[in-house]
Amino acid sequence: MQWLDLLSDYTFQNVVIGASLLGLISGPLGCFAMLRRQSLLGDALSHAALPGVCLSFIITGSRDIGGIIIGALATGSLAALTMLLLTRHSRLKTDAAIGVCLSIFFALGIVLLTYIQGTNNASQGGLEAFLFGQAAATLRSDLWIMGAITLATLALLGIFWKQAKLVTFDAEYARTLGMPTTAIEATLTAMVALAVVVGLQMVGVILMAAMIVAPAAAARQWSRHLGSMLAIAAGVGIVSGVSGATISTLSRGLATGPLIILTATAIVLISLALAPGRGLLWGAIKHYRQKEALQRQQLLYTFYKHPRAAQRYRTTFGSRRVLGKLNRQGYLARSPDDGIEWSLTPQGQAAAKRVVATFEEVAP
Amino acid sequence: MATSVPTESALSIKNLTVSYHNQPVLWDIALDIPAGVMAGIVGPNGAGKSTLIKSLLGLVPSLSGEVLVHGRPYAAQRKRVGYVPQRSSVDWDFPTTALDVVTMGLYGRLGWLRRPGRKERNEAQEALEMVGMSAFANRQISQLSGGQQQRVFLARALVQQADVYFLDEPMAGVDATTERAIIDILRRLRDAGKTLIVVHHDLQTVRAYFDWLLLLNVRVIASGDADDVFKIDHLRQAYGGQIALLGDSESQIFAAPKGK
Repeated sequence: MQWLDLLSDYTFQNVVIGASLLGLISGPLGCFAMLRRQSLLGDALSHAALPGVCLSFIITGSRDIGGIIIGALATGSLAALTMLLLTRHSRLKTDAAIGVCLSIFFALGIVLLTYIQGTNNASQGGLEAFLFGQAAATLRSDLWIMGAITLATLALLGIFWKQAKLVTFDAEYARTLGMPTTAIEATLTAMVALAVVVGLQMVGVILMAAMIVAPAAAARQWSRHLGSMLAIAAGVGIVSGVSGATISTLSRGLATGPLIILTATAIVLISLALAPGRGLLWGAIKHYRQKEALQRQQLLYTFYKHPRAAQRYRTTFGSRRVLGKLNRQGYLARSPDDGIEWSLTPQGQAAAKRVVATFEEVAP
Repeated sequence: MATSVPTESALSIKNLTVSYHNQPVLWDIALDIPAGVMAGIVGPNGAGKSTLIKSLLGLVPSLSGEVLVHGRPYAAQRKRVGYVPQRSSVDWDFPTTALDVVTMGLYGRLGWLRRPGRKERNEAQEALEMVGMSAFANRQISQLSGGQQQRVFLARALVQQADVYFLDEPMAGVDATTERAIIDILRRLRDAGKTLIVVHHDLQTVRAYFDWLLLLNVRVIASGDADDVFKIDHLRQAYGGQIALLGDSESQIFAAPKGK
């Protein structure tokens, strides 16, 4: 059994569990980041993790995950702090500040990376994997750390749910209630940094932003409450993580991280198109129906008020379809004399009267 | 309530100055608003009306000043103060319902860890009923009209059961029916002894709505009983050339439309 082999495969197990943990943490935190209009913050934080990863390697001389996490968190937080200071004390707006920080820290990271590669240290092999992730290299011990971070973050979110929600929706009002909004916002940002750290090994610093944004964007389409949005985002994250990992393993050699991102993005596109109420398709159908209803009313009105002039519509392409529909519904009939001209049936007369009445009520 | 004198001030401000990028927005504001009045804050665009409210609530840093609510510093009286921000200050596409937004008004009382339960939901439902929105309790806030959103915000402040309410342009961009409904609620609150401090932009309705007025343009132009403050001279001083007077009657004063 190929599937049984797959499920008992040590690497596959690690990758799937790792990807699920990543989805579980990045989905919910991505929701808060997106609702606080800070989706790009995740991008900057993840790019800023690279110099931290390299510094930790230079200092400790190994690729131990503990050191890497601390390094990534340190430079990530530094970047977040720099952004905050730039937006508060300079005339730069948030987008520009994020752009500046992202490029500076990432450039610094690449410089450090090439420096390490130049030192010919034997254990540096594969450090560049943090750029795009190297899921297959995930160890069981890494999973424990990733799991602990995820669990702690979600527990914290659960405890301070009320605060997180209100600060995200209306921070100023939260402050008038006496909530320490700055601390709560800083914690939410720090949690995004933690999610980035969990994703470093799986999808790498460059694509990590997508794991913050994509599940949240997809979940917003399907949810009516913050709680369900978070749950759906976590689900989307897990599903894309697991399916990305599975496709990658089955296809032998396709990169896991990018496949996870592609799956997540596919779910976003489907959600944007199909979600009831908010989806593009839904909107298009509604627009089309409204248009047809209006056309129908206009035709009934014209036939009622100006039966002679109405015959001109017969040949207009757009009207012909609606005329045919009105005919099938029994509102209109071909006149018995020549079989070409349309006229209202008694049922059509009644409907037209109603239309005329509403028109004249609105515009007397 | 130990020193409950009939003329106690609900809000007293001393020497409040706020500046933004080295530009004074509010200069040396001193005020005493008596308890149990409906007070209007009126002035031209950029006069600092919203900034005044925000600085009182500590949302905007002030360079100097002291704010007392019912005789004690604001920080110690938070629970007695309700705030209705401008409707446009939040993203109404947030995934939640009207009832949930109103429940947020109780978060301060619930403290750090307690979650809103049945009791809180009932209180929120009652507040929604007061503003005539109980039918919309489970509606997504993104699907509410502007006037309905404003009423939800009002209900959120009502559940706080505060003594002093600050409202930032509650009548901006709402239809006439909603405006009347809001004014009715505010009057009922005032009649129950609460103090309402309302930023208002429509000079036409000022006289009808408020019994106490602050005319503001960076400085206090005039403050006190509405009848004493709402004078052409004062309005000219506050609005400068932007005021058009129609006829002799002071009740027909309009702020000239200003291109933003």
